[in-house]
Amino acid sequence: MGGWIKEHPILSFKHGRKVKFYVDGKEYEGYEGEPIAAALHANGIKVYRRSIGLGRPRGFFCAVGKCSSCFMIVNGVPNVRVCITPLREGMRVQTQMGKGEIR
Amino acid sequence: MKETEILIVGGGPAGLSAAIEAVKAGAKVLLIDDGLKLGGQLIKQTHKFFGSKEEYAGTRGFKIAEILLSELEKSGDRFEAITNTTVTGYYADDGVFGALTGEEKYFKVKPKKTIVATGAYERTIPVPNCDLPGVYGAGAVQTLMNVYGVKPGERALMVGAGNIGLIVSYQLAQAGVKVQAVVEAMPKIGGYWVHASKIRRIGIPIYTSHTIKEIHGKEYVEGATIVQVNERWEPVEGTEKHIEADLICLAVGLSPLIELLWQAGCEMRYIPELGGYVPVRDREMRTSHPDFYVAGDAAAIEEASTAMIEGKIAGLCAAKSLGYDIPDFEEKFNAFWEQLDSLRKGPVTEKIRQGLPKAIVGEAYRHA
Repeated sequence: MGGWIKEHPILSFKHGRKVKFYVDGKEYEGYEGEPIAAALHANGIKVYRRSIGLGRPRGFFCAVGKCSSCFMIVNGVPNVRVCITPLREGMRVQTQMGKGEIR
Repeated sequence: MKETEILIVGGGPAGLSAAIEAVKAGAKVLLIDDGLKLGGQLIKQTHKFFGSKEEYAGTRGFKIAEILLSELEKSGDRFEAITNTTVTGYYADDGVFGALTGEEKYFKVKPKKTIVATGAYERTIPVPNCDLPGVYGAGAVQTLMNVYGVKPGERALMVGAGNIGLIVSYQLAQAGVKVQAVVEAMPKIGGYWVHASKIRRIGIPIYTSHTIKEIHGKEYVEGATIVQVNERWEPVEGTEKHIEADLICLAVGLSPLIELLWQAGCEMRYIPELGGYVPVRDREMRTSHPDFYVAGDAAAIEEASTAMIEGKIAGLCAAKSLGYDIPDFEEKFNAFWEQLDSLRKGPVTEKIRQGLPKAIVGEAYRHA
């Protein structure tokens, strides 16, 4: 499931530096400056949060920061749109439960 | 607070083209985009464009973005672009916009004129489990695979056989994803035949008069049931088929992103042919608010080629309204409209031709 595309008939992908980041405490690798969601998807992580009422799984949807489906907790900040937030070295990403809490 | 002559919200084909024209006319432009890269939807388009030569027919979408951006590099200090920043609201009492960089850094912007080139957002369809991870918009899938080189799934079901559904199906195949089927509720394929033929040639079935009945899965998508529909859009019992897929790609239409125009109090009309609520405007792309212009999908769901020309018109006219002397204004303005009219010929754009007269006021808005 997922992974990076290695061969493509038209495109060649220039990725940035490879960095480590953490999802719910577990270490993963992704490319710096690319959306957190791209790295999550490439690592096979599809569930980003649980809905407020029914606890349904929520993930990626619009990729343009509009739909609110991809909210996660990033470095302690809840409701971060991981589809348009760039990945940085050592980022701590957490599955968000419900509304998330501002500390 | 940042001040500028022209604020352009959105750095897609319309916004970048507006910036180019406005800067050419002498105006100072600030462009704000919420994405990480400029170019909007262009940067995910790997297919060659149709349309007119002026709008880069025969060139791949992401190359067009590169051309527009290199044009803007010549602007010197008359052009500034800020990415990863959402224009969050317009405050009509003092004419100020709020903007948010990332998720934490707020600032204010006060422009003299604003061009709203915010584009559109993807629609979804209400079927059981349509909220599961793995159900993605077609544009979102393009972002993953064409911009960031991530394989969006292993097996896909495409919903919608308009141009986007057809093109993205082909692109999925290019990225190594097996496209199990394309379903289209209409009795015929909506997009160009050339795109449909390309995916038929590689063996992807297109089921017209079919819709998605139910999506399966617990934590994420595992498959879907599709079903035939009759002339009254009712499911035909006994025609259900199960499709295994970990990706359901929705290409079921777009809606204009027009919140800023509502906030500014622009006159809006509901015009289904253009994608929903759109601002009423004149031929200069000026809305009922004298300082607000619109271009691209925010004005009507169309194509990148028309978005670019509308952007040029808005950029040119916004600069003119600031008092810049543009000796060849009439010539340019008329040429842009001729290009628009020619791109809007043909059967595929019939709906647009029906919708636009309801949105465009014949004479220029008479602003007191």
